[in-house]
Amino acid sequence: MRFVDEYRDPVTARHLIHRINELADGASVKFMEVCGGHTHTIYRHGIEHVLPSNVELVHGPGCPVCVIPMGRVDDAIAVAEQAGVIFTTFGDMMRVPGSRGNLLEAKARGADVRFVYSPLDALRLAEENPNRRVVFFAVGFETTAPSTAVTVLRARELAVTNFSVFCNHVTIVPPIRAILESPDLRLDGFLGPGHVSTVVGNRPYRFVAEEYGKPLVTTGFEPLDILEGVTMLLQQRHDGRCEVENQYRRVVRDEGNPTALRIMAEVFELRPHFEWRGLGFIAQSALRLRPELAEYDAEHHFDLPNVRVADPKACQCGEVLKGVIKPWECKVFGTACTPETPIGTCMVSSEGACAAYYNFGRLHREAAVTLGRSRPIAAGSSA
Amino acid sequence: MCLGIPGQLVEFVDAHEHLARVEVSGVARVINIGLLEGEPLHTGDWVLIHVGFAMSKIDEREAADALDALKMLGEVYDDELSQLLASGAAGGAVGEPGGEMPAAVREWAE
Repeated sequence: MRFVDEYRDPVTARHLIHRINELADGASVKFMEVCGGHTHTIYRHGIEHVLPSNVELVHGPGCPVCVIPMGRVDDAIAVAEQAGVIFTTFGDMMRVPGSRGNLLEAKARGADVRFVYSPLDALRLAEENPNRRVVFFAVGFETTAPSTAVTVLRARELAVTNFSVFCNHVTIVPPIRAILESPDLRLDGFLGPGHVSTVVGNRPYRFVAEEYGKPLVTTGFEPLDILEGVTMLLQQRHDGRCEVENQYRRVVRDEGNPTALRIMAEVFELRPHFEWRGLGFIAQSALRLRPELAEYDAEHHFDLPNVRVADPKACQCGEVLKGVIKPWECKVFGTACTPETPIGTCMVSSEGACAAYYNFGRLHREAAVTLGRSRPIAAGSSA
Repeated sequence: MCLGIPGQLVEFVDAHEHLARVEVSGVARVINIGLLEGEPLHTGDWVLIHVGFAMSKIDEREAADALDALKMLGEVYDDELSQLLASGAAGGAVGEPGGEMPAAVREWAE
């Protein structure tokens, strides 16, 4: 496929790996890949094991499914179980556990929960079912928030009155700042999120370099993108520079997508606080509909339990999301917690670090054995 | 849901509703291109699609330049290695360019 296959060329990958080995001059460095899409690529293609042992990649909080706290899933299920409701969601959210099961189980109990590919599909359902109340479970960073915003404006334009949004959109900058402020983790740089940046651009990340003295390279999602992003971070370190750079220039403009930003500003406002799984409450880190669009806001229409629920004690998604531990270091990884029966969110989405490692980790071990490398790999993990 | 997919614009379907037909891996689908308002779009252009919306136009020249730059990095390396091999300084361990890492990258080609 165009713009995919050419970024998986093994020969060019080998050259990049050689360059990385030249630049990684022995000092240990730790880079965070912010986005769950990066994590997926890194595990799927075994990139961790072709890097020198002193270059470590740790995953960050950029998996929108993973950061949704259990209480919000409970709220979603409460809405889905109201009479007359058609509750629509991206497929990824179906199996995210709340304190009393997930949406799939709610569907089995009789709730009308439907998977949609796009929020516009949910709006179409509302038009086709004028006697039902159709609610869209909106999750995601700035990548998906503009599509929700367009859909809300379209609902108003079409005067559709039986459509609303349960808004859980989050923003990327506050969690990056929270991680930089966290004492748990010492990082030497970031692979910045590629697709969020198509919307927000590169400018919002300047504080990472200017205030915290860490380089950030906005990076794409194919193997060569990741390897080039790592090369650029190492090159900055080698040159004594600390800047925000853009590896993903074919898609990301410095100014982002002005139309998407304008439409988001028209529809959303910042919430004072929002709870993130693993990171706790972060001020001004999530979006809600503006008051003038309250008729499209599910939180305005439905009474929600709105109860804060602590994560199961055995689950260490919080530490995984902050990059403090690797998936296989969690006590329930691959045993009590698997993609079929996830305890934590990171095991649910394909962008979740635990699911990615569970699905592709076996390849890592084989590659590591073949290479005679000794990157710590889960002892006895059953991936 | 954050993993975008590249598609090629085939036809503008409805200007008011910002709908266009794209081809993704040989499959046609109608998407919303309203978020690329103000960006000059033509059939044949490539866009990155998320949840049914074109989020960004893919800059083909930028993509080609970046790939050329990566390939040039490889040529410099190959030149260095062939000079090294020609000089007779290389030991038997080095067989071919990048020969030390084939297993780990082999899966990408599969």
